[in-house]
Amino acid sequence: MTERFDAVVVGAGPAGSAAALVLAQGGASVCLLERGPFPGSKNMYGGVIYGRILDGLIPQWWDEAPVQRWVTRRCTTMLTAGQALTIDYRTSAWGSPPYNGATAFRPDFDAWLAGKAEAAGAVLVCSTTATGLLRNEAGAIVGVRTDRPDGDIEARTVIACDGVNSFLAKEAGLYHHAEADHFTLGVKEVLALPRRDIEERFGLRGLEGADFEIVGCTGDVPGGGFIYTNLDSIAVGLVLSLPGLAASKRRPEDILAEMKTHPAIAPLVEGAELKEYSAHLIPEGGYDMMPELGQDNLLIAGDAAAMCLAAGIWLEGVNFAIGSGAAAGEAVVEALTRGGVVAQPLEGYRRRLENSFVLADHKKLRRAPGLVLSDRVQSRYPQLACNLAERMFTVDNPSPKKGMVALGRQEIKRSGVRLRDLARDAWTGLRTFG
Amino acid sequence: MRSRSDDGTNLAHTAEATTTRPTTPVGDVPREAGRSDAWGSMAFEDRMATVDFRVAEKAHIEVDSEVCRSCTTRSCVGACPAALFVPTADGGILFNYEECFECGTCYMICNNEGAITWSYPEGGHGVVYKKS
Repeated sequence: MTERFDAVVVGAGPAGSAAALVLAQGGASVCLLERGPFPGSKNMYGGVIYGRILDGLIPQWWDEAPVQRWVTRRCTTMLTAGQALTIDYRTSAWGSPPYNGATAFRPDFDAWLAGKAEAAGAVLVCSTTATGLLRNEAGAIVGVRTDRPDGDIEARTVIACDGVNSFLAKEAGLYHHAEADHFTLGVKEVLALPRRDIEERFGLRGLEGADFEIVGCTGDVPGGGFIYTNLDSIAVGLVLSLPGLAASKRRPEDILAEMKTHPAIAPLVEGAELKEYSAHLIPEGGYDMMPELGQDNLLIAGDAAAMCLAAGIWLEGVNFAIGSGAAAGEAVVEALTRGGVVAQPLEGYRRRLENSFVLADHKKLRRAPGLVLSDRVQSRYPQLACNLAERMFTVDNPSPKKGMVALGRQEIKRSGVRLRDLARDAWTGLRTFG
Repeated sequence: MRSRSDDGTNLAHTAEATTTRPTTPVGDVPREAGRSDAWGSMAFEDRMATVDFRVAEKAHIEVDSEVCRSCTTRSCVGACPAALFVPTADGGILFNYEECFECGTCYMICNNEGAITWSYPEGGHGVVYKKS
C-alpha cells in the first residue's frame, strides 16, 4: 500500500474499533488492521460489557448491538471446600434501556463495532499481522510493517490496540513492568444449555442475564472464577495468577473441572456440553504497572496499555478499551486539526484519560490488585465469612445462642487471621473502595 | 477442529516442533474419552477439538532446548492451557504450535531468558474463536 493514512490502528478489538470510529467520524483517513480473519476472532473475555461508554459513540446502540443477555442479577460468591456464601443482587432496572451490563460473544460484538468504524469510513484490513513499527531514517515512527508482501502501511499516527501482549508497545520500549506477576491467565468454557434450563437454574426470564463472580474456587492459585449466562449457553471460567499457576504445578482445566464439582456450582453447570474452550491473558497489574501511554506519534490503548480493571468487586475491560480507544482517536483528530505537531496527540490523549474514568478509576483502585490476590482475601476471609454464617445459622440446641460479637471473636481466632492484618486490610479496603 | 494450511505442506518448521499432539498425560485427573460427563471433566483432546485452529505453515513459537536443559521449573509444561509443551527424556522440551491459543502464558512464565521466542502467527491463521 502506498497510500499514506492519517492514522493506522492496529487491532480491531473494542479499543481499535472505537479509535477508528472516532477518527473516521472526525474526517481522518484511517486504516484498521486485524490479524484474525475477522474482528473478534482472537478475542476472549470474562464476560460482561458495560455499555455506558458507547452512548456517546453510537446512540441507541442497544437496539442493534449483538448482545446475548442483559445482566439483571449480579452475584458475588465466596467458596470453601463445602460452603458457599453469596451476595445476590438483582434489579429490573438493568433489564431495560439504557441497561447496565450485557453478555455477548466477542466475535459477534467486536465485528459489529468494527463494522461501525468501517461504515464511518475506516478501511478495515483483516488477516494481516503487524510485525513491527515502520520508522524513517531519522528514527521517527511513520507507520507499521505487516506480514503481507509490500505490506508497509504509512501513517502520520499509529494507535496500537494490539492486545495484552502488545509487541508494538514493547518494541517502542513503553513497557517497564511486563513481568508475569502482573498478568493472569483466563480460561473459559462456553457450555450449551437449553434456554429453559438457563432460566430455571439462574432464575431468569426473557433476556435477563446473570453474572456470578466467585472467590475461593482456585485452590492454591490466587485468582477467581465466573459464570455468565448467554442466550442458550453459559460461560464458566477461571482467572489464575501466572506465578501462582506455575508454582502450583496444576493444570488450568483441572482447576476449572474442580470448581464445577463444587456443590454450589455443580447444579448450575452439570450436563451442559462444551461448545468452545478458550484462553487469554489479562493485564491485572492496575495503575502502578501500566506502560507509558505512547511516544511521539504512537499511542497505545486497551489491553495493550494494561487498562483492564481487576478490582475484585469491579471486573471491567471492554469499557476501558472503548474509552481509551475513543480518547486516542479524539486526540489524533485534535492534533490533525491543529496541524499535527508530533507531540500533540500524546498530551491530548493523556489529558483525556486522566479526565475520564479510564485513568481516574485505575488511580483510585491502584491498591486493589495486591489486596484482591492476597492470601487473606483469596482464602482466609472467605473461610472466615462462611464459618461465621454457618455458626449464625446452625441451631445448636440445647446450647443457647451465642451473641454475634462472641461468634465473631471465636471465628476470627479460629481462622488464624491476625487482628492487625484484618485492621490493615480493612483500612486498605476503605482507602481503595471507599 | 484443525484446518491445515492450503498447500498441505509439512507443518513442522523446526526440528523441535511436533506435528501431532504428544500423547503424554498432562494432568493427574483421570480423563475418560467422549463427551463431558455430569461433572464436566473430559478428555483433553475433546476439549481442544471444540476450538477452530487455522494452522499456519510457519511455527510462531520457537524453543531453545539447550536453554531448557538447565531449567528446573519447567513452568511452561503445566501452565500452557493448550498443553503444547512436553518434557523429553534428555531434558529438552518438545513443543507443538498448531493448537495454540496465542495467550502468551509460556513466554511470560518462562524463567530462562530467551528459551521461548513467541510471536503472532501470520495473518488469518491461528486460533479463531466463535463463541468466546
